[in-house]
Amino acid sequence: MKSHYSDPATAQIIEKRTLCVLVDNEPGVLARIAGMFSGRGYNIESLTVSETEHEKHLSRLTIVTSGTAAMLTQIESQLDRLVPVHKVVNLSAKATIERELALVKVAQFGAERSEHRMEALRLATAFGAKTVDATLNSFIFELAGPYEDVERFINLMSAIGLVEVSRTGAAAIARGAEGL
Amino acid sequence: MSETMTGAEMVVRALQDQNVEHIFGYPGGAVLPIYDALFQQNSVEHILVRHEQGAVHSAEGYARSSGKVGVVLVTSGPGATNAVTGLTDALLDSIPLVCFTGQVPTHLIGSDAFQECDTVGITRHCTKHNYLVKRIEDLPRIIHEAFYVARSGRPGPVVIDIPKDVQFASGTYTGPGDVIHNSYRPQVNGDTRAIEAAVDLIAKAKKPVFYTGGGVINAGPEASRLLREFAKLTGFPVTSTLMGLGAFPANDPQWLGMLGMHGTYEANLAMHDCDVMINIGARFDDRITGRLDAFSPGSKKIHVDIDPSSINKNVKVDIGIVGDCAKVLAEMLRVWREKKYQVQAEPLKSWWGEINKWRSRNSLFYKQEKGIISPQYAIERLYALTKDRNTYITTEVGQHQMWAAQHFHFDEPNRWMTSGGLGTMGYGLPAAIGVQKAHPDALVIDIAGEASILMNMQEMSTAAQYRLPVKVFILNNEYMGMVRQWQQLLHGGRYSQSYSEALPDFVKLAEAYHAKGIRCADPASLDAAIQEMIDYPGPVIFDCLVAKEENCLPMIPSGKAHNDMLLPDYEGAIGDVIDAKGKQLV
Repeated sequence: MKSHYSDPATAQIIEKRTLCVLVDNEPGVLARIAGMFSGRGYNIESLTVSETEHEKHLSRLTIVTSGTAAMLTQIESQLDRLVPVHKVVNLSAKATIERELALVKVAQFGAERSEHRMEALRLATAFGAKTVDATLNSFIFELAGPYEDVERFINLMSAIGLVEVSRTGAAAIARGAEGL
Repeated sequence: MSETMTGAEMVVRALQDQNVEHIFGYPGGAVLPIYDALFQQNSVEHILVRHEQGAVHSAEGYARSSGKVGVVLVTSGPGATNAVTGLTDALLDSIPLVCFTGQVPTHLIGSDAFQECDTVGITRHCTKHNYLVKRIEDLPRIIHEAFYVARSGRPGPVVIDIPKDVQFASGTYTGPGDVIHNSYRPQVNGDTRAIEAAVDLIAKAKKPVFYTGGGVINAGPEASRLLREFAKLTGFPVTSTLMGLGAFPANDPQWLGMLGMHGTYEANLAMHDCDVMINIGARFDDRITGRLDAFSPGSKKIHVDIDPSSINKNVKVDIGIVGDCAKVLAEMLRVWREKKYQVQAEPLKSWWGEINKWRSRNSLFYKQEKGIISPQYAIERLYALTKDRNTYITTEVGQHQMWAAQHFHFDEPNRWMTSGGLGTMGYGLPAAIGVQKAHPDALVIDIAGEASILMNMQEMSTAAQYRLPVKVFILNNEYMGMVRQWQQLLHGGRYSQSYSEALPDFVKLAEAYHAKGIRCADPASLDAAIQEMIDYPGPVIFDCLVAKEENCLPMIPSGKAHNDMLLPDYEGAIGDVIDAKGKQLV
């Protein structure tokens, strides 16, 4: 609840929510959605988008956002009233598979060079990350997994020699036979 | 019915097929082909404004007074950016508009060409939707779709940006019948179970109040009729927002007057103390609610709105019903009759007893002293002398607007055009021009302040050109009155930049615009002067010199609740009413 006359923010529970938004893939649609978030002061933690149904020109966005319960409901309504939006689904309310892809560059292994190289590889195997590039003093790992796994992997790599990370943000889909 | 024609011809043809009779615009390089197409036909009349902001406000006035979609045509770059204020105004007040903007040719887009701007980028957040038409094949569909989007659901402005090469290109035109929007289908029928629950709650209410808004007006005259029917059936009190005035007749004993920051004591206290609040087409705006944590603390709230995002946005409600006000009201009436509900007669009687006590405070009281016209008195006389005519009122923004809302009484919808959400000074005169175009035989009056009127004064020239007999009634107190009032309330009476210095001679100014100028400073001659204005067949600027430091009361001071109003008989120092916390609010 926001107003000129609202109370100062009291301790309200902030939750995360993953939304799936189906939109017409027309020019400016991403700006429209991103602009709605910035214009109304909402958070975007991650956003992924791609055309998923080519013949209907439909794009699917996965937006991870956070806020109070009332704010999150408001975000859904505000998305839904945008003209090119077909559907807004709260995936957090369902059993959902959520994955993101990270490319993690590890190098500068320090004094205990070979030990660190081995450790990086061991951790990558443990996490099921693929080694997609290697030089004598660096690796790039590709890891796909839930947000928490990617976080943990990156944290561990920081201790070894993390140089750079590129992450896609979450893509998500509800479990079971039913479609959107 | 497909035909080959140019993009410019398609625009005009689509306007004809959408039954558009009048458009408001201003030509320029990037819309010349459309102006050429307009030149070669007679069914769509173009009204040449003097500034693009004026075009949009005119179209707003036209739309609000007629229930049709208002149409605007402007050029690229500055034409489009000048329209932005009007578009934002229409967005906040839910006015259906279609605004065509010219654009540089597609191959020049992004090159910082002459009079190029990113119109769809700029207007994305001040329109309900917008389009950049890059291919002639898309043009007819987009135009018809734009009219559909503008008028459906919660109405709003839609921009269609058309590059000049697309206006020249030739393609196949298709009519409006062929358009079905594939994603935008707003819900108009309310959920039956929610409606039943609401009616049940209404029947149990001991201290109810109807709180109605612009949504009732937007839903068409039928919604106003149904509201009256429901109010009569229940005998409940009715109040309304600024935007909803006229949906319920002000001459009805069940009418409490407007609510909110400058609403009546009885309306605000009824809102505060009610046990069931029935919100039809209003949106719990901050001018209405005052302090949220103290807003109507003991009531169950029903909210009918066509925009789902309005429900539970500012105020958490018990029953939210998404739908068109007319459709939902009809359903409510059906359920009420079918289930043979009765009101709680005894509690309702004592509720009216309470309300009448508040009413007797006479919160719209003002003093009319000898020799100086009180602004409220001027409005009251204006009302008295015009109420039996076919009158439409527009306003600018400020004290005069609130006094008009308080003291000019509306018995019909679509008679009151004011900038509510955005609060745009300069709205009233161009809006009056639009209203007059839609209702050529009506008496159209822009109630103005001497500061606001100067913001779009150039539109007097439009009124002169089209012989539109609009009357501009200026309450001239030589201050930006509302700014001055807030400076008195919040800033120790330091009137920083709020004095209207070096004002023009409005009578001479009227004459310069081929209009009639009238000045009146004496309450004794006010009636005769107003009558002279009414009787004059052309445009008039009426310079009504009023008391200079009159405050607009009653008022819910910022940061206060509905039951903490500042009334006209307050005798303390007005500068001490608002505390430090309240001063930070707008």
